[in-house]
Amino acid sequence: MYAQEVKTDGKGVKARDQMTKQELAFQDRIDAFEKIEPKDWMPDAYRQTLIRQIGQHGHSEIVGQLPEGNWITRAPTLERKAILLAKVQDEAGHGLYLYCAAETLGVSRDDLTRDLLSGKMKYSSIFNYPTLNWADMGAVGWLVDGAAIVNQVALQRTSYGPYSRAMVRICKEESFHARQGFDIMMKMCAGSADQKKMAQDALNRMWYPALMMFGPPDKDSVHSAQSMAWKIKVMTNDEGRQKFVNQTVPQIEYLGLELPDKTIKQDAKTTHYSYSQPDWAEFFAVISGNGPCNIDRMAARNKAWDDGAWVREGLMAHAQKSRIAAE
Amino acid sequence: MKNEWPLWEIFIRGQHGMNHRHVGSLHALDAKMAIKNARDVYTRRNEGQSIWVVEANHISASSPGEKGPLFDPSNSKTYRHPTFFNIPDDVGSM
Repeated sequence: MYAQEVKTDGKGVKARDQMTKQELAFQDRIDAFEKIEPKDWMPDAYRQTLIRQIGQHGHSEIVGQLPEGNWITRAPTLERKAILLAKVQDEAGHGLYLYCAAETLGVSRDDLTRDLLSGKMKYSSIFNYPTLNWADMGAVGWLVDGAAIVNQVALQRTSYGPYSRAMVRICKEESFHARQGFDIMMKMCAGSADQKKMAQDALNRMWYPALMMFGPPDKDSVHSAQSMAWKIKVMTNDEGRQKFVNQTVPQIEYLGLELPDKTIKQDAKTTHYSYSQPDWAEFFAVISGNGPCNIDRMAARNKAWDDGAWVREGLMAHAQKSRIAAE
Repeated sequence: MKNEWPLWEIFIRGQHGMNHRHVGSLHALDAKMAIKNARDVYTRRNEGQSIWVVEANHISASSPGEKGPLFDPSNSKTYRHPTFFNIPDDVGSM
């Protein structure tokens, strides 16, 4: 998802008889769906896993502004431009909510920023794909934010209080994002043959990268078990992906577009849609730095940080001067 | 000196007549900047009538270990709740 392949420390999930008294009490609170708050005792690996997951989630929101920011100045109407600007501003806000949640765990904002800019911390694979034309703004809002919503709705039940509260806030704002994307797609599908072709092309290109957002299949997801036991994660990768496919296929049909995967078929008994797996080798290549846009994205973030240095330093100097003057 | 801006806790009054409620935190150099940033980060959908900002290091909080001594004594004082008293139906609403 926005946090994929988040590593957990330790050697798998501990059995109850291997846990210390403190760990047992902690696990009991988790199992009773109690929220863990910043000052509560928590296992160090729980804390580190959360920092990685929330940090990666926040970085995804921040880097996620880039593919859409690309189209703000080229939106087809003033209304679309205002909408896209508002959506991208929301993403910045979501990044900030998440960074603040991570900071309650004892990591600093500067550490998080530094680890993103050096490439040590990751962000979602999806933002390493290019947005080639306006139809991609429709497909990104509809599919990428749609997939994010599936994951984030579940994460409202995550065990760490500040993360859960950030999710509640984000979910309230996020459905605007998916709906504005679908609205763009509806418009293009009702337009000229060329516009409909663009919509189809955008869907075809975004489909598998959107499926990858949920992370590798459960059988290959080595870090999931501990995160599930701690309720840092509350839905498996395959569960989320299935949910997304189930909700999206009827929407594709509504638009009158062709399915991007010819093997999609509804099971009469379960009503689930079966689908083909994305190319997982491509996923691992993208997440380890070799996607189509990884270099561009990191260059843009580093440039923004470097170009802003004089502003940060100037404001800091001003604040120090005012403080001295006030004392 | 650490080059990171201080952390502020943000409280928003959503509607007239309601309390200010904690909504989250953000970094800012001073109170003025904290209010400006809070407006952008926490009131993008007309959620605000008023904003309070408090520098996070000015907040003192009870620790989880104090939970028992602080809150347990009220457990046994059930007579503080109106439902403790049985008022006969004949008396009417009270």
